[in-house]
Amino acid sequence: MKRRDFLKSSAAAAAGVAIGGVPWNPALGQSRKDTLLAISENGPNSLDIHGVGTNRPGYEASWNSYDRLVTFGAKKDANGNDHYDYTRIEPELAEDWNATDGSVTFRLKRGAKFHDGSPVTAADVKWSFDRAVTVGGFPTFQMKAGSLEKPEQFVAVDDRTFRIDFLRKDKLTMPDLGVPVPVVINSGLAKKHATAADPWAMDWLRTNEAGSGAYRVARFQPGTEVVFQRNEEWVGGPKPKIQRVIWRIVPQGGNRRALLERGDADVSFDLASKDFTELADSRKLTIVGTPVENALQYIGFNVNKPPFDDVKVRQAVAWALPYQAIIDSVMYGRALPMFGAKGPVTDAAWPQPHGYATDLDRAKALMAASAHPNGFETTISFDLGLAGINEPICVLVQESLARIGITLTINKIPGANWRNELLKKQLPMLTNTFGGWLNFPDYFFFWAYHGQNALFNTMGYKNPKMDGAIERARFATDPAAYAADVKAFVGIAFDEMPRIPLFQPYLNVAMQKNVTGYRYWFHRQLDYRQLEKA
Amino acid sequence: MLAMIGRRLAAALPSIAGVVVVTFLLTRLLPGDPAAYFAGPAATPQAIEEIRQRLGLDQSVPAQFLTYLGDLARGEFGLSLTTGLPVMQELVTRLPASLELTLAGLLFAVAVAVPLGILAAVRAGSWIDHATRIVATAGVSLPTFFTGLLLVHVFYSVLQVAPAPMGRLDIFSSTPPPVTGLYVLDALLAGDGETALAALAQLALPALTLGIFALAPLARMTRAAMLAALGSEFVRAARASGLSRGRIVWVYAFRNAMLPVLTTLGMVFSFLLGANVLVEKVFAWPGIGSYAIEALIVSDYAPVQGFVLTMALLYVLLNLAIDILYGIVDPRVKVES
Repeated sequence: MKRRDFLKSSAAAAAGVAIGGVPWNPALGQSRKDTLLAISENGPNSLDIHGVGTNRPGYEASWNSYDRLVTFGAKKDANGNDHYDYTRIEPELAEDWNATDGSVTFRLKRGAKFHDGSPVTAADVKWSFDRAVTVGGFPTFQMKAGSLEKPEQFVAVDDRTFRIDFLRKDKLTMPDLGVPVPVVINSGLAKKHATAADPWAMDWLRTNEAGSGAYRVARFQPGTEVVFQRNEEWVGGPKPKIQRVIWRIVPQGGNRRALLERGDADVSFDLASKDFTELADSRKLTIVGTPVENALQYIGFNVNKPPFDDVKVRQAVAWALPYQAIIDSVMYGRALPMFGAKGPVTDAAWPQPHGYATDLDRAKALMAASAHPNGFETTISFDLGLAGINEPICVLVQESLARIGITLTINKIPGANWRNELLKKQLPMLTNTFGGWLNFPDYFFFWAYHGQNALFNTMGYKNPKMDGAIERARFATDPAAYAADVKAFVGIAFDEMPRIPLFQPYLNVAMQKNVTGYRYWFHRQLDYRQLEKA
Repeated sequence: MLAMIGRRLAAALPSIAGVVVVTFLLTRLLPGDPAAYFAGPAATPQAIEEIRQRLGLDQSVPAQFLTYLGDLARGEFGLSLTTGLPVMQELVTRLPASLELTLAGLLFAVAVAVPLGILAAVRAGSWIDHATRIVATAGVSLPTFFTGLLLVHVFYSVLQVAPAPMGRLDIFSSTPPPVTGLYVLDALLAGDGETALAALAQLALPALTLGIFALAPLARMTRAAMLAALGSEFVRAARASGLSRGRIVWVYAFRNAMLPVLTTLGMVFSFLLGANVLVEKVFAWPGIGSYAIEALIVSDYAPVQGFVLTMALLYVLLNLAIDILYGIVDPRVKVES
């Protein structure tokens, strides 16, 4: 190329860029090729997964900008879409590992560097894990789910060797290292910003990122946007295809849909079920719906107070709920039914459908045989923060139960107060969703049905037989014994019905046709690293 | 003049003190427990207690109030739990966004409503008078979020002339160097016409939405004031003296009619500043209204208190500005201290 030609073409390129800046110009398309624009209703309130009150979008920011020692492999789901595979644990920062009965030893990848250029060492891993088990709240709780509880368990053997000593043998320890919480933080950088009152640099890491992940956070404006730039020296996996990710917060649902339909935004999770169904029909966008693993929308009772302390009343309600109507008119079909199974529990899978269906005659018979043959009045409560799904469910349930003599008043509880009300365990009846990150039936039941009475056991349900089966399954090593225990506790749950599963929700995502490589993750956030834009 | 401003500001101090106390108490009366909310879904009662202590919510209300006053004295509004940033910093970046939107909306409203009002008064009872009444009634009876969504649908989705309703700038423009915080003005000051145009394009629809809402009070007030002025003795005298029609309307009638219009303008401005919450939501505009609402929903005390205090200060300044303008428009008005 001659010098003059070069000048000409670069001037033209500059002009092109200049025009590209005008928002409504079609030339914009060219500069957008390497940039992914994701939109959502809410943005992250923190970049620190260990922070106090870090919200769900915060997990996404952390997941893409920090690395963990290990991650999960991938498989194809029934519809041929990418789906993470919880049975396959793969290296991320760790090159390989060696597990014995008492410990597991990781070797870190050579050349792993934080975004500021300093090398990732075992001391960083130890500092980060110590932080996760010390700061309290959600990260400490999640680490504990994998029997990771004390700083003494974590040993930096040398710069590249890191060991975890087991407190007990726990099948959840390794999977728990692949969830968003055990990130590896640049401890050298973080310590510079730590103070005597704040030894773990919680304040600084809230708005500053110090990871080694595939993307670095280039700009973080809470409530407005987050910009990610690809880390060209990432060693955690195959090089991501997308150079830059811009994540804009668009609070208004209708506008999110309009942005996707016009092709201005590339990807979003946050649309109503109705929008997803209509967009899927219009075929302008790619819509992928994946059943959320280990998650259920349910109706829960307070089993310690009348009238729902009577198992017959609970069963009567289970025979009276409008299951199919809820799936059709609330979820627009984008949910898996969890009712109408034939025969008793024969499968050790979870979630699985229960044997109840809408049958008002059986419901009336059970009511007549219960302690409240003439019916009663009570309230059904829901979280106003998720009113889009909860409110129509409550209306349908109200209508249906009126036919068996139960008069329901709908009680809407504001988001800020919801958790508080759940903690008190006084609400007679409620609808809610619960999902476990780790896809094991015993994990779900440990939080939702066990007599330890965790927050998620919203029913205050206690049954020693149930507890026994859950505890045995949790640490069972023999697959046959494990399956027997799972069937046992699922059977008890369906007989006693302290909570009635309604459906398994879908995680829906809408993408432009030229965006490919979407992978479903248990944390239900977007992983930028596998995405591609043609 | 300066002494008057000083006296007025001093007179505002008791009401500001009242605002501080009332907002503090009101936020404490809100249902909801921020500690339970921010402890996350998996929190044990013990974890919630730890967070309560960290937030200082385990102390008695008077003790919390003293801490709050101490922070205020140091110019700190506290930390927002929802966004994780200091409230002061958020307000400083978000207030200009709200101001830009409100000013642009008001500018549009004045540009349309005042001429319409004058025309309606000069030709009272004609078709233009009726048209003005219809426009004003329609504008005020449509809720702003509805107008906003309608404009987005028509100009963005169907006609495809408006840019994406995604905040103050499209994703490929960079923020102009901050001087006033108003993007259009800042970009012009920096001589960056392209960014100014981009910012203006983003601003157009939300400002139009707000402006339509503000049309009614301004147009009606202009019409009424003009009618009164045109029917008064001095206009009759002017007519009798054979002055030109334009001179009568603009110099004699309009100048006298401006006083009530100015009052309405001040009220509409302060009202719009608070009322643009919905417009901010629809257009993903990062203003203080949406910030305060989000904080309110999750019982995040600090931003709510910061927001109310900022608004109170703004109102005081606004009223002062309007009073000073009175003096300029009508020399007979003496601002009492």
